[in-house]
Amino acid sequence: MSTTVDTADQSTARPIGALGSMIRRHGWTLGLVGILLVLLVVTRLIQPTYGAAGVQGLAVSVLPLAFAAVAQAIAVIARGIDLSVGSMMALTSVISAALMEERSEGFAVLVVIGVLLLGCVLGAVNGSLIVLTRVPDIVVTLAMLFVWAGCALLVLGTPGGGSAEWLRTLTGGSIVSAWIPRAALLLLVIVAAIWIPIRRSRLGLSLYAIGSDPLAAYRSGVSVTRTKIVAYTLTGLFSAFAGLTLTATTGIGTPVPGPYTLLSVAAVVLGGVSLAGGRGGVFGPIVAVVILSLLRTDMTFLNVNTNLATVAQGLILVGVVMVGSLLQLRKREP
Amino acid sequence: MTASTNGYLLEASDVSKRYGAVVALKSASLRVRPGEAHALMGANGAGKSTLVKVLTGAVRPDEGTITVRGKERMAHSPAEARRGGLVSVYQEPALIPDLDISSNLRLTETPLEPFRDWVRQLGLGKLDLSRMARDLPLATLRIIDLARALAIRPDVLMLDEITAALPANLTESVLEVVASQRGGEGSIIFISHRMTEIASVCDRATVLREGVTVGVVDISADSADRIVELMLGEAVGEMPERTERAAVASQADEVPRLEVRSLGSSGRLRDVSFDVRAGEVVGLVALEGQGQDELFDILAGSEHASTGEVLVDGRPVSFRHPADAIRAGIVFVPADRAEALLMQRSVRENIALPFSTPISRWGPIRKRNEKPKVDKAIDTLQIDTRAQKEVRLLSGGNQQKVTIARWVAGGVQTMLCFDPTRGIDIRTKHQVYLLLRDLAEAGAAILLYTSELSEIQLTCDRAIVIFGGEVVAEIDVSDADEATLLRAAHNLRSDAPLPEEVVAAAVAAEEEADDAGEELAHQESGEDPGPAEAGDL
Repeated sequence: MSTTVDTADQSTARPIGALGSMIRRHGWTLGLVGILLVLLVVTRLIQPTYGAAGVQGLAVSVLPLAFAAVAQAIAVIARGIDLSVGSMMALTSVISAALMEERSEGFAVLVVIGVLLLGCVLGAVNGSLIVLTRVPDIVVTLAMLFVWAGCALLVLGTPGGGSAEWLRTLTGGSIVSAWIPRAALLLLVIVAAIWIPIRRSRLGLSLYAIGSDPLAAYRSGVSVTRTKIVAYTLTGLFSAFAGLTLTATTGIGTPVPGPYTLLSVAAVVLGGVSLAGGRGGVFGPIVAVVILSLLRTDMTFLNVNTNLATVAQGLILVGVVMVGSLLQLRKREP
Repeated sequence: MTASTNGYLLEASDVSKRYGAVVALKSASLRVRPGEAHALMGANGAGKSTLVKVLTGAVRPDEGTITVRGKERMAHSPAEARRGGLVSVYQEPALIPDLDISSNLRLTETPLEPFRDWVRQLGLGKLDLSRMARDLPLATLRIIDLARALAIRPDVLMLDEITAALPANLTESVLEVVASQRGGEGSIIFISHRMTEIASVCDRATVLREGVTVGVVDISADSADRIVELMLGEAVGEMPERTERAAVASQADEVPRLEVRSLGSSGRLRDVSFDVRAGEVVGLVALEGQGQDELFDILAGSEHASTGEVLVDGRPVSFRHPADAIRAGIVFVPADRAEALLMQRSVRENIALPFSTPISRWGPIRKRNEKPKVDKAIDTLQIDTRAQKEVRLLSGGNQQKVTIARWVAGGVQTMLCFDPTRGIDIRTKHQVYLLLRDLAEAGAAILLYTSELSEIQLTCDRAIVIFGGEVVAEIDVSDADEATLLRAAHNLRSDAPLPEEVVAAAVAAEEEADDAGEELAHQESGEDPGPAEAGDL
């Protein structure tokens, strides 16, 4: 994701060193991918019928949470946290479902665009409130959690509405090969198309800068307040994607959509983003979401009590994060 | 470009700034001519850093005007000041730890080629731009920060204690670069505690005291005295005379308060033995990174020794936690005040914390018992309590006094002081010296590590010197002149040449030996009492 500027002195740079630093920088994400592959093999072993269809189902079911994790990751990288991600999902989900119900497919395109813009506005409101009031992020977004959740219930009191057909086909099924779910491709294309250009721009540097050391960023000429608002706007945008895909994959709008906020924080932590800000990316959290979901699937296959599965999920989260920080400590003091 | 009609490139007049009840600046003025290196001086808390923040737009003043080239201009953020040609290099480098160097340069839109030229001129040698800022030693980061500022050719460059924590060879090249900038178009505002540096690179000095500009001095051979006079004002303290203290040290038959026997710690310390008696101040002299940090950590109970033992009043002790050391009467004053203080809590609470709550007791704290002790400590140390609601609002010198006061209030038996006067002003330093002597006279045993050799003469009874993790010399204070100490600190015999070149050569050699990122300890090894600092205030 990050690039280094080519410089004269680096003509002597060793390609192995470059690869090494690549691996070091993305070590956590690569490790997660490894864990995911192992889990897939394990799943196949305990449930031999688990195949392409299973992978498709997995991709569809994780899609909203994956977008929510990306949304949360951006806020956390900029040394914030957004507790209203789940509520923004609910609000965008019900608005899109209410507007698309029994309307033309073409109108749905407008709805999608409008809802994405709405997501940006919701996020910008969160960010502006934080910057203007100087109240800590966690307090502002906790308050906005209730505001957006209330708005969602005002739009739709109970699950309902509908989704355009093309949205459903966009998220369901597979493409090219049965093993490549459309949902996964959609997720990666959207996230890559938005995040990678930002990551490489001065804005991306500023996001990491205010997360890493706000004072140094300020002194380097970064506008900390503006960058923070942009970070929350992006969080709002990805929350809107999450809400839209929630409508698209379920076919209805859900005003009370489940514990997405806390799961997104869990995925961010597991995905290698430092809660202290400035470190990590958005792809680690996506992989983390898939891992968390697959773990639950496996436990269902093994007939583990679902409540026990929740406990196990929490313990695994703690365990992985602990092992990760121990490894990092080891690396620091050889 | 031509300067304005009055001949000043930058002019700040009657700047004032108050934070609540605390007046940081009362009426500060600063006039900088084009092409000059201008020193900004003042004791800690005199308002230097506030004035710099005002100039760079980080803080908005209550009153006052700032003009650049005769035009009034007030920056509202560092970014704006930068665009206006005012760039500051701070004590803590403004590099983003989680970004690599090239990303940091892109963030500030620094042109790469001039940056590389400056890095070379500043003597950093080769620099891998893909390294994360957090992985680089502090000295390297400061040079990068400076090169980054120079690369955009600012009108006014502000350098805040730029040579602190730099090894000798880098200090020299930084000073050379500063001197070479003189006479050009831009000006430099140079903030430093080190008189010799000011004398060697600056043209004029503006002196602040208690938020007021009290004088502007042309730098000449004898301007140092004049500057000190201005800085101290009417409260000029004579350098405290060495008090009579031969009587205390001679009681050799007594059991020492603190005995260290063959202490060793994984490669950093080897077979260290010495003792400290009640009533004496023992100075510890060492270049940076010779094992003194480990020694203090072990004695303070935050690290374990691998071999050897520590005896307190003749009884062997073993510390699992700093609380054990405190219970054994060993208290620690670290150099980094942030390490010792609860920055968001009050002066009172900070002082009362160690003695008002024995770990074994959970009941309510008796304010009535606590108050007289705290008051006495505040009084003894003359702590400025105007901003006592939160310690972080105090000046550095006053914060340091609080770290000492907290132990004084509880009664001191053995005190470990690790460079307690680092970065604080002369007046406060003198108060600390007197306090250490007073404590010793009252029967305390004090171990003082200092990076300023003159402090040994002023406060200690004898000095032990550590080099490469071993005790290499023990010197009585009557023989401990700065040259002797310096030679000993470099582990040289007394007839060897003075080690200015030796330091530079050694640092350079070490740098070449390991460019694997482990150089922090070595790079900083030059910081410490090089001859250039002998005249330090």
